[in-house]
Amino acid sequence: MNDNNARRVVSVIVVNEASVLSRITDLFSGRGYNITSLTVAPIPESKYSRLTIVTSGSVRVIEQITKQLHKLIPVLRVYEHEDMVEKEMALIKFPISENLSDINALCEAYNGKIVNVGENVIIAMVSDEPKRIDNFLCAVKRYNPKEIVRSGAVALER
Amino acid sequence: MQISGAQMVIEALIAEGVDTVFGYPGGAIMNVYDEIYKQDKFQHILTRHEQAAVHAAEGYSKASAKVGVAMITSGPGFTNAVTGLADAYMDSIPLVVISGQVPMSLIGTDAFQEIDAVGISRPCTKHNYLVTDAADLPRILKEAFYIARSGRPGPVHVDIPKDVTAQIAEFDYDVALDLETYKPHTKGNPRQIKKAMQAVANAKRPVFYLGGGIINSNASNEVRELVHKTGIPAVETFMARGTLTHDDDLLIGMLGMHGSYAANMAMSETDMVIALGARFDDRVTGKLSEFAKNATVIHVDIDPASISKLVNANFPIVGDIKNVVNDMLAQSSVIDAQNYEQWRETIVNFNELHPLTYYEDSERLKPQWVIARVGELLGDNANISTDVGQHQMWSAQFYPFSRPRQFISSGGLGTMGFGFPAAIGVKAAAPEKTSINFTGDGSILMNCQELMTAVEKKLPVVNIILNNNFLGMVRQWQTLFYDKRYAETDLSIQPDFVKLAEAFGGIGYRVSTKEEFDAALQDAIKKDIVAFIEVKVERLENVMPMVPSGGSLFNMMLLEKKESK
Repeated sequence: MNDNNARRVVSVIVVNEASVLSRITDLFSGRGYNITSLTVAPIPESKYSRLTIVTSGSVRVIEQITKQLHKLIPVLRVYEHEDMVEKEMALIKFPISENLSDINALCEAYNGKIVNVGENVIIAMVSDEPKRIDNFLCAVKRYNPKEIVRSGAVALER
Repeated sequence: MQISGAQMVIEALIAEGVDTVFGYPGGAIMNVYDEIYKQDKFQHILTRHEQAAVHAAEGYSKASAKVGVAMITSGPGFTNAVTGLADAYMDSIPLVVISGQVPMSLIGTDAFQEIDAVGISRPCTKHNYLVTDAADLPRILKEAFYIARSGRPGPVHVDIPKDVTAQIAEFDYDVALDLETYKPHTKGNPRQIKKAMQAVANAKRPVFYLGGGIINSNASNEVRELVHKTGIPAVETFMARGTLTHDDDLLIGMLGMHGSYAANMAMSETDMVIALGARFDDRVTGKLSEFAKNATVIHVDIDPASISKLVNANFPIVGDIKNVVNDMLAQSSVIDAQNYEQWRETIVNFNELHPLTYYEDSERLKPQWVIARVGELLGDNANISTDVGQHQMWSAQFYPFSRPRQFISSGGLGTMGFGFPAAIGVKAAAPEKTSINFTGDGSILMNCQELMTAVEKKLPVVNIILNNNFLGMVRQWQTLFYDKRYAETDLSIQPDFVKLAEAFGGIGYRVSTKEEFDAALQDAIKKDIVAFIEVKVERLENVMPMVPSGGSLFNMMLLEKKESK
């Protein structure tokens, strides 16, 4: 825990209203905190949305981030995750000329598959822990991916 | 009741008990001003600049302990007001600032006088709203007042498009507030308070570190009682001046960059800091790693984010100061005031070694003398506002404050131009007291148009301009740290301040001796109109002691000792 730039995941429950997202992101930029990734979607059947923010900093910085987030009026709850299930999705576009069965096999190892086949490209999907997504993207480099999109992490405390 | 959005604003202000609104009309807010014209429940004070409207509302709020209200138009009206919002945010002053906005149909089209007002005010308000439907207006205004005054107070901005002020909807102000996500914690944890008081009992050299939160919480009486019951000496921050009376034996003085030697030394040698509503600002702590280095820290604050932000608190207590101090009083029998006898003596010795003083060793008047003299003459009968700079620090050092809300100054943001409009707001809130604004020859020009407001509304603020023909505080730093290269700080070219005051219908005095000053002050108070008293003071006087930026509190530059005062 002494790492001054450790990766942290924070979930924020906010009232789903106009400009709430900019309140959050303004707070990060205004106070010089870092956002590695951010995902947001409404919580079903409620007036709230859930944000998952991957950030980094020392214990003290994270404590400040948590408190400052909580201070925003539309913020209901802030979770600083310790023991969580964390997943991220990635979509990758490959040229059709690459070895489809190799790619498919790799995807399956990372909870994914080929999800779309077109005239010139195929699109594959994987969903796994962010660190494993890193590994996957490294492994598929040799299949000449044309485009990669990552969703950013979502997390639930165990 | 079905009324227009503009009428709702009026009804809400009346329901909130607002008696004074500061503002400046313009296109987008005209519907609301039309309703102001039709009513007689509250007065509107027309300032001559939107920034001044917000500062006046701040002064009004600080002096009255009520929520200050300012009203402005869209675009430049709003952007002019931003400095005031930021100032109130830094100093936790409860305000509701209502701005007009272009009609909903024009938002986003770069319309005339359109600016993304809530986008700009977001980082410098406690909360803000863009009202998109008049039906929401009663709830939003009620929330705005509640959020402004509760918890750690602060400014709330409500931006209302012009068509919303014309829209008719149901007005019911008796709705219960339902703020599920905003519940300030006002009661301190009793077990934590008990443990903290036990720790204090075991300390040898404890110090109360009193901050502006005490004033916001209206807890000065309770704090005075606690200080005296425990016999623990106290330092005050700039924002807490007046919490203890100036002649209180247990008041060591103000601490920080221009704090007294004794206060800064006590803070450096203490083994127990009891911080009440203070936020360990960099102007207070100096070098953080050396600040109260060997002390256990109890930190009481209503804002959890202030606790352990800069200095780790061993006993964090989240709650309203008044509640927590009352709980501490209930536990105070564990503390024996006798135990700190030696510590109190040490502090007396600090004070004797380097008392807070100045020398009258120049031909021109010393600025400190002027401030101390006003204190002698007016004392408790004046409220003291200031601008920002050397005169501000001397005011905090040398005015004999005796009550909370007597000292009104821009602490966190350090806004030049704050003092005069704030003093106008103070006078509107407390007409029975003389409203003094200590200012400098730099600061006063930043809102001198407010002479017109003061004349029109008969708010006789006495502005005492300590004129050293310098942008004094910057000049001091240039002297000390920039090898006397006085880049753009020589203000030898000046207006005639006497004529300036007279041009607006005020009264002006130019004085350079003690006798002239006394006569001018007495005359200004007797004449009861807004005044400029320009005092020619020593040009190169420095504010001392001084902790250089980033230095440790105990490494102060001190006044060179001379024979006599």
